[in-house]
Amino acid sequence: MRCGHEIREAVIRRQVSAEEVTRAALASIEALEPTLHAYLCLLAERALKHARVLDQRIAAGDDPGPLAGVPVAVKDIFCVAGEVTTAGSKILANFRPPYSATAVERLEAAGAIIIGKTNMDEFAMGSSCENSAFGETRNPWDPSRVPGGSSGGSASTVGAGSVPIALGTDTGGSIREPASFCNIVGLKPTYGRVSRYGMIAFASSLDQAGPMTGCVRDAAITLGAIAGHDPRDATSVDEPVPDFCAGLRTDLNGIRIGIVPEFEEHIAQSDPDMAALYRRAYEDLRALGAQLVEVHLPHVRYGLATYYLIAPAECSSNLARYDGVRYGLRVETDKDVYTMFEQTRAAGFGPEVKRRIILGTYALSAGYYDAYYLRAQKVRTLIKRDFDDAFTQCDVIASPAVSCPAFALGAKTADPVAMYLMDYFTIPMSLAGVPALSVPAGYVRDLPVGLQLTGPAFAEAGVLGVAYAYEQATGHAQSRRPAVMAAAHR
Amino acid sequence: MTRVLGAAQAVAYEPVIGLEVHVELATESKMFCGCRNRFGAEPNTLVCPVCLGLPGSLPVVNRRAVELVCKTGLALGCSIAHVSKFDRKNYFYPDMPKNYQISQYDMPLATGGAVTLPSGKRIRLTRIHLEEDTGKNIHGGGAMAAASATLVDYNRAGVPLMEIVSQPDLTSPDEAGEYLAALKAVLSYLGVSDVKMHEGSLRCDANVSLRPVGTQDVGTKIEIKNMNSFRSVVRALQYEIQRQTDVLRAGERVVQETRTWDEERGLTYATRSKEQAHDYRYFPDPDLVPLHLDDEIVAAWRAELPELPLAKRDRFLAAYGLSRYEADLLTGERTTAEFFEAVVAHCGEPKAAANWLLGDVRRALDKHGLTLDATRMRPEHLATLICQVRDGVVSGRAAKEVCEILVRDGRHPAEVVAERNLAQVSDRVAIEALVGEVIAANPESVAAYRTGKAKAFEFLVGQAMKASRGRANVELVRTALRARLG
Ligand SMILES: [Zn+2]
Repeated sequence: MRCGHEIREAVIRRQVSAEEVTRAALASIEALEPTLHAYLCLLAERALKHARVLDQRIAAGDDPGPLAGVPVAVKDIFCVAGEVTTAGSKILANFRPPYSATAVERLEAAGAIIIGKTNMDEFAMGSSCENSAFGETRNPWDPSRVPGGSSGGSASTVGAGSVPIALGTDTGGSIREPASFCNIVGLKPTYGRVSRYGMIAFASSLDQAGPMTGCVRDAAITLGAIAGHDPRDATSVDEPVPDFCAGLRTDLNGIRIGIVPEFEEHIAQSDPDMAALYRRAYEDLRALGAQLVEVHLPHVRYGLATYYLIAPAECSSNLARYDGVRYGLRVETDKDVYTMFEQTRAAGFGPEVKRRIILGTYALSAGYYDAYYLRAQKVRTLIKRDFDDAFTQCDVIASPAVSCPAFALGAKTADPVAMYLMDYFTIPMSLAGVPALSVPAGYVRDLPVGLQLTGPAFAEAGVLGVAYAYEQATGHAQSRRPAVMAAAHR
Repeated sequence: MTRVLGAAQAVAYEPVIGLEVHVELATESKMFCGCRNRFGAEPNTLVCPVCLGLPGSLPVVNRRAVELVCKTGLALGCSIAHVSKFDRKNYFYPDMPKNYQISQYDMPLATGGAVTLPSGKRIRLTRIHLEEDTGKNIHGGGAMAAASATLVDYNRAGVPLMEIVSQPDLTSPDEAGEYLAALKAVLSYLGVSDVKMHEGSLRCDANVSLRPVGTQDVGTKIEIKNMNSFRSVVRALQYEIQRQTDVLRAGERVVQETRTWDEERGLTYATRSKEQAHDYRYFPDPDLVPLHLDDEIVAAWRAELPELPLAKRDRFLAAYGLSRYEADLLTGERTTAEFFEAVVAHCGEPKAAANWLLGDVRRALDKHGLTLDATRMRPEHLATLICQVRDGVVSGRAAKEVCEILVRDGRHPAEVVAERNLAQVSDRVAIEALVGEVIAANPESVAAYRTGKAKAFEFLVGQAMKASRGRANVELVRTALRARLG
């Protein structure tokens, strides 16, 4: 499968029809599904119908937009009108929303063909996709390993080359960690850049939708399609959306790139091979003309603790609506309505979701609120300030995206804290609300890992520009092929 | 029971009362979505993904609701917060779609201020904040449901709700009633709400405790819920004060709890103890950004405030020579006051306008189940009628009949008078003939009058008026009768 922008060119020039592209994507997905289980549902009929309409428009001389005819997979956290949307949870196993998420509407308005809903950790809570109520997704580079999470299905299907673009969400690293594990580009935009309307909430002050793509240019195009103020989301920011492709560049002359000693110490301790890979990546950036500067983020070491108070607190309230009264699972009982609530939620939620609801409920309780939730918000402000200070000295921060490559299925399921630590490098950016991207950076023990690039709020264009120069110069993603792609296609 | 203890043992207690009033705002749309805000629609027809709390839906603040709360705050002398925010109040209840209510916890839109009672006493306010209403549980089900089922109507879910919290400055149930009436008047003047307690657009909870007269002690506070009219607030408080007095005089302690008013049985009963109190786990709603109000917008809202009830009452007293009683009644509701002034503008007869509005017009409205808003009678119609009575065109009695038709049908009085032939008869010859007929038809009354029974004279006048269907000029009838009977 070619990149999205190449497909679009071919479709517009009528070298291939959108319908043919769609059929090819569906065929690839169906061939790989027994191995990867990246999807919770395929929208084949819907996709083909849209593709045919698009072909007619193109035949009539229309330009249906920057993603014309490009197959796009969306994480099952995004509502698609009339289609089952589960967020990876049993409690929503039969839920069909009457409306589509703004991000989905905007993708379709740009000509994208929504091809299916991808698997995910239940309500986006997890870093391995093993918390899905509907079975785990596997890594195309090694199906005995996890694809990362929570946007694991999106990462897996793009990594396997079935679709060029998928939509994911990132609350503490849920786009960047799986992108890193599956050797693709994953961008978490600035908080407020993309509307959250129709995106099932995990932690409202952190959740952000973003592209997961095979190349940086596709990430820029996709962000351009989904970004922008939405009157239906009060937290979406009314900030002009630039042409993100205009900022793509091939050298880094005049760019100051910040390296964070606090992060480098952590990676050196957890995995020397990883640390060596990242040192090489920073040298590659320098070779492209960038100036490397040391910047400090003194409070990021509190990031994990801060995140695991704020995110569960918000989730405990956001997930209260799943009570069996209006939609979703209901466990019938002869007893009163509160018993029905309890039994429905006991049966409908998985263990990790329950753990976080309990954590969050506790953190918000009378007598604990000041010590936990309020304190966490104060630390969050300090972390945000760290980034503000750092960006007075540099344009983009380069850092590890993850502390290790994809791990084996089941390796961390018994140890929640080990799993939480997977997001060590990605959580601070989520807390600060700044844009961050993972771009393929090479291989450790034959498994791909990503380099994280972070910019100031609403400076996605700058981050994408650095990522593009790095991608074009190194070509890490193109240098090897994932195992399952070789098996299924070659 | 307490009486038998004897005066020496009976400590005198005084109540300390505070009220929490919830007011549904009369906005076009709901608080956080575009659904229409309307009472009485078919269940679950005014709903959308947002007010049903569907996954992925998000709230967006209704600016008009913010404006209405701030205007209420300004009218009551509150200070308006430059920065305010919304918080989530978390608890599970089936009529609440998200199982949290978006409310305001520690940064309400308005603080301070007071409601002034007709006596001039000021009842201070703690705060006014904005939140969303819940849906409504309908127990027992309808035709579709088993008798034990509960149905939920979400039409009300997400309707903007203003909560006005008073300080415990009220010292009697009657004062609580006055407070509610005064507050309702202000709200109706501002047009912020329908303020219909029976439809639930105005709801009231009360806090009441007792302390020995003359002390500043703080007694145990009891919260009373489920009072559905001003009258039931007064009754519930009376009951609760007596109950607590009995408890204290029996040497027992009042237990902190929430009690529910039972209108039919006329008593309160305990529903929730302090130990069962919810922990609402308030925290700032991350779906909404803080609300910033600058001086400019607040000044603009202040400039739009109408003349308020007490100011209007004082002006009516000074300008129209009305009694205090008339001025209070006329200014109780903005529509009545405005109607009154429009009538006066057309006929220049304030006293007559007040009499008509508070008398026959009110009776006719009640008879036909109408309100001044709903009637099609125009102020100039009533003004014309008043002029016609003043000028002798119609009799007072005929005018009453015309008035009812004006209220019911909204027609012009001249038209009604002509059609029904109600113009007053002042023609001497016609009056003479009428009086002659009455005398001939009532020989016993004529005889009785001549033996000195004054009542018989009034009877004969009445008969003449009746025979003329009220049209005869009553003064001319009296003169003619007196002349004929000698
Ligand atoms: Zn609605």
